[in-house]
Amino acid sequence: MDVRADSTRQLVRLRGRSYVAFVFSPVVPIVDWLGEIDNTLARSPGYFVGKPIVLDLSAVDLSGPAIAHLLGSLGERNIRVLGIEGVDEERLATNMPPLLTGGRSCVITRNEPAKKPEPEPKPKPNSLLLENPVRSGQSIVFIEGDVTVLGSVGSGAEIVAGGSIHIYGTLRGRAMAGVNGNSAARIYCQRIEAELLAIDGYYQTAEEIDESLRNRPAQAWLQGDTMKITPLN
Amino acid sequence: MAKVLVVTSGKGGVGKTTSTAALGAALAQKGQNVVVVDFDVGLRNLDLVMGAERRVVFDLINVVQGVAKLPQALIRDKRVESLWLLPASQTRDKDALTDEGVGRVIDELRSRYDWILCDSPAGIERGATLAMRYADEAIIVTNPEVSSVRDSDRIIGMLDSKTVRAERGERVEKHVLITRYDPGRAARGEMLNIDDILEILATPLLGIIPESQDVLKASNVGTPVTLNNADSAPARAYVDAARRLMGEEVAMVVPTERKGLMNRLLGRRAA
Repeated sequence: MDVRADSTRQLVRLRGRSYVAFVFSPVVPIVDWLGEIDNTLARSPGYFVGKPIVLDLSAVDLSGPAIAHLLGSLGERNIRVLGIEGVDEERLATNMPPLLTGGRSCVITRNEPAKKPEPEPKPKPNSLLLENPVRSGQSIVFIEGDVTVLGSVGSGAEIVAGGSIHIYGTLRGRAMAGVNGNSAARIYCQRIEAELLAIDGYYQTAEEIDESLRNRPAQAWLQGDTMKITPLN
Repeated sequence: MAKVLVVTSGKGGVGKTTSTAALGAALAQKGQNVVVVDFDVGLRNLDLVMGAERRVVFDLINVVQGVAKLPQALIRDKRVESLWLLPASQTRDKDALTDEGVGRVIDELRSRYDWILCDSPAGIERGATLAMRYADEAIIVTNPEVSSVRDSDRIIGMLDSKTVRAERGERVEKHVLITRYDPGRAARGEMLNIDDILEILATPLLGIIPESQDVLKASNVGTPVTLNNADSAPARAYVDAARRLMGEEVAMVVPTERKGLMNRLLGRRAA
């Protein structure tokens, strides 16, 4: 029964999506302007193929038939117009592209077929390895990902990481993991004598850390809104 | 080749000046040319511990500022002739020290001595950073007590980042010198023990100086403890540390007071 009730009510789901469109701003005389378009097409045919084109008519004063003629001329060049802006709606016939408003300028990234595609920028490393102890008073901030410390983290030192924190010595200072909202981040250490542990803003101070955990390998993680600290072995 | 050594700690009152004087004297007695430099401008003490306070005419600041030439400010020790002192100024403060000035003085000292021992002021400010700035090696003086150990940890971090060597990507060799150590109290848990300290600082040990009346006695008479009573426990510990600095292998033991039978019996009863 429930199934039938569901099938009768289909919800129309609306989604937003944005595209970058080329904006054509014709100027008088239109013939010369079309000549410029022809030049562009001669240099790289197919440059406008598959690209949304918007016609901005604010620089010219064209009548309805003139707009129709311009659209026709562009059509002959295989340029199809997605929308028109900068003109009174009355001048547009119903078979013309719709009037658009609220466009925002942006930079167009050209990828001409002649050009080699630029090599992808190397992804930034998303982990930081520290081979030396982190001394009292030092602050290591690494928002991009995990931090691994091979030595100890001294009392009065702090590690701030966007990801998890791994300490293969004793953690005597502060460790703050998942600082930009990563609640899945964890803190691991070989010996826990921490002053403060924090994950995604939830924290525990030394006083709240169970005495039975002290000086043992431990991990801290978030379970919902509570921080759990458990021995690793 | 000359070695510039900074004696530092972060925390005050742990024995930097005592250790500078004692180690300087011990090295000089081994035939090395040694100068001890007081960087505690405004609160100078090294001249007192060295017993040279009445012979100070020019000081480090005068040399840094070009008012006096280096030989005019250097004071030769009356007991060991290869031991020299470059005193600090008592009337100025640390702002009178400049990076280039200190660098120039250290360079000039390098050409004259085998060892340049810089007695750092407490703290992490200008005086302390300039004292360590040109160091090749560092002695971190630490008491067996948590606040001192944490401050030492902070100083080690600074040695690894703020010295000329660190900025060039080289290492400042570091040694921990534990002073005022009382084996009895450490055994009873009233003090941090050696292993705890070394575990926290992750730095090699240069020596362990036992707590002793002899240290205060020596500084009251203006004599480095190694010269005042060479047979005392702290003096022997400092001599051992100096030998290790010179590269000798010396077993790490905590020297104890040499007591007669009666003393030993009484000492036990008192404890």
